[in-house]
Amino acid sequence: MSDHEYTPKSKAGKWFNDRLPLLTLANHLTDYPTPKNLNYWWTFGGILTFCLITQIVTGLTLAMHYIAHADMAFESVEHIMRDVNYGWLIRYIHANGASMFFLAVYIHIFRSLFYGSYKAPREIIWIIGIIIYLLMMAAAFMGYVLPWGQMSFWGATVITNLFSAIPLVGEGIVTWLWGGYSVDNPTLTRFFTLHYLIPFLILGLVVLHIWALHVPGNNNPVGIDVKKPSKDTVPFHPYIVIKDTFALLMFMIVFAFFVFYTPNILGHADNYIEADPLVTPAHIVPEWYLLPFYAILRSVPDKLLGVIAMLSAILILAALPWLDTSKIRSAVFRPLYKQFYWILVADVLILGYVGAMPAEGLYLLVARVATAYYFLHFLVILPVLGLKEKTLPIPLSITEPILGGTANLATARNKESSIK
Amino acid sequence: MSEKKTNRRDFLFTATYAVGAVGVGATVWPMIDQMNPDASVKALASTEVDVSSLTPGRTITVLWRGKPVFIRRRTEDEIADARSVKLDDLKDPEKDEDRAKNPEWLVMLGVCTHLGCVPLNDKGDYNGWFCPCHGSHYDTSGRIRKGPAPTNMEVPKYEFVNANTIKIG
Repeated sequence: MSDHEYTPKSKAGKWFNDRLPLLTLANHLTDYPTPKNLNYWWTFGGILTFCLITQIVTGLTLAMHYIAHADMAFESVEHIMRDVNYGWLIRYIHANGASMFFLAVYIHIFRSLFYGSYKAPREIIWIIGIIIYLLMMAAAFMGYVLPWGQMSFWGATVITNLFSAIPLVGEGIVTWLWGGYSVDNPTLTRFFTLHYLIPFLILGLVVLHIWALHVPGNNNPVGIDVKKPSKDTVPFHPYIVIKDTFALLMFMIVFAFFVFYTPNILGHADNYIEADPLVTPAHIVPEWYLLPFYAILRSVPDKLLGVIAMLSAILILAALPWLDTSKIRSAVFRPLYKQFYWILVADVLILGYVGAMPAEGLYLLVARVATAYYFLHFLVILPVLGLKEKTLPIPLSITEPILGGTANLATARNKESSIK
Repeated sequence: MSEKKTNRRDFLFTATYAVGAVGVGATVWPMIDQMNPDASVKALASTEVDVSSLTPGRTITVLWRGKPVFIRRRTEDEIADARSVKLDDLKDPEKDEDRAKNPEWLVMLGVCTHLGCVPLNDKGDYNGWFCPCHGSHYDTSGRIRKGPAPTNMEVPKYEFVNANTIKIG
């Protein structure tokens, strides 16, 4: 946070700011000191904000034409695609936007894992992030139900049935969620309501996420605490704004490629068949971004334990700041952790792959090994590694290694002051 | 400070919290209960099916409360198969005699007890049903034999209204 007091230049500005300090906030956001070594992995926060706004804007416009009723939903989506002016474009942006949102959030999460951004003093930022991620999954799942295609219907059936695994009250909860004895019109209307609500909850949490971020400031690739403001930082505007904008443009090229060239590749053809409660599609798979967790669910032969394993796989992330016992944040200075990090990345990708395949034979075996490794990483490897690993020496400042720094604190400080 | 004596004000606080909690509960409950099945959903509680056209070895699927119900007229072999299984071999032990009172007719919810998909007819390792979603195998009595489903397919309440009509629900 910038420490200096801000006073607007104009008299009117000062009058307004004394009554509602919005200009102080704007000044804080512009001047916000940011570590000067942030790389492009740090641009995904801005990209994610863009994704959220895109989903809200396209969602609002779709809601003007969509009809949340079991008899009309499917047709109204086709109506959007064929009749509504640019309806196809808005819907394709919204549908692919969900995938882009998850693509960005996974990069964002794995960035944190690599550079230890979840560690003290940033635990609250991290936990808010996990809650946002959970809400994103809920919103994406309910949004997928709205077109009322075969995958919508059976995806909704399978996912809501997860709750029936809860002993005693499970069946009651599922009936309550459905508003009937199966997924039907009452289910659709409430999913629409919640799908509309959740993005605004996410928006609120994003504000808290950024607020919590601005208390300690950004982590950085070196992972050390940075004095703010100092010559290790640059003001957010224009430096980070420009960098974020450039990254966003690159991201939008990928986004546009999907929207304009392969708008349906990430979806499932069965969802262009209207929901039929009598026929289950031969091969039900969730959207790609949920596949790793789906693989974990299927790799456990017991229904209740499978559901518990799947939920734990997500919730274990919230405990990460305490499971990782290492004092060093960045993997750059943790040679062993760096290797385990890439094994985890591979493990999650493998889970995603087997999640899309039938749960039998070799696929099932691989899913089981990968599931076991996933939990092993968080519950055993991380706690032990933090205590045993021999880490590399970390620099005293971001500038130090570049200027041929020394491990001696006193000379480094002298050098720092002489540069000033 | 010596030990705190419970005074008038503590009593008032506790009483206020208690009344407040009841008030909040009474206000929240309608908001929760409105999501439960409504009167129009409950009204569709039973359905009658004409099964006169069903020959042995055939199954029809009808919709009851939004869920598929399998009605199968079983062959002699299938009945013999289902009745010869030892209860010890079953994950959810249940006699075929209890599931199909009239051995020729098997009536059950066509809903996999794992996560609610509709299993496929005449498929799977036990010649009964097979769920394509997560690979549960059911036998000719609709009992779970292999795979992740925890229980047998559910037999709903039903009765023969006359020789050709089954009333489900």
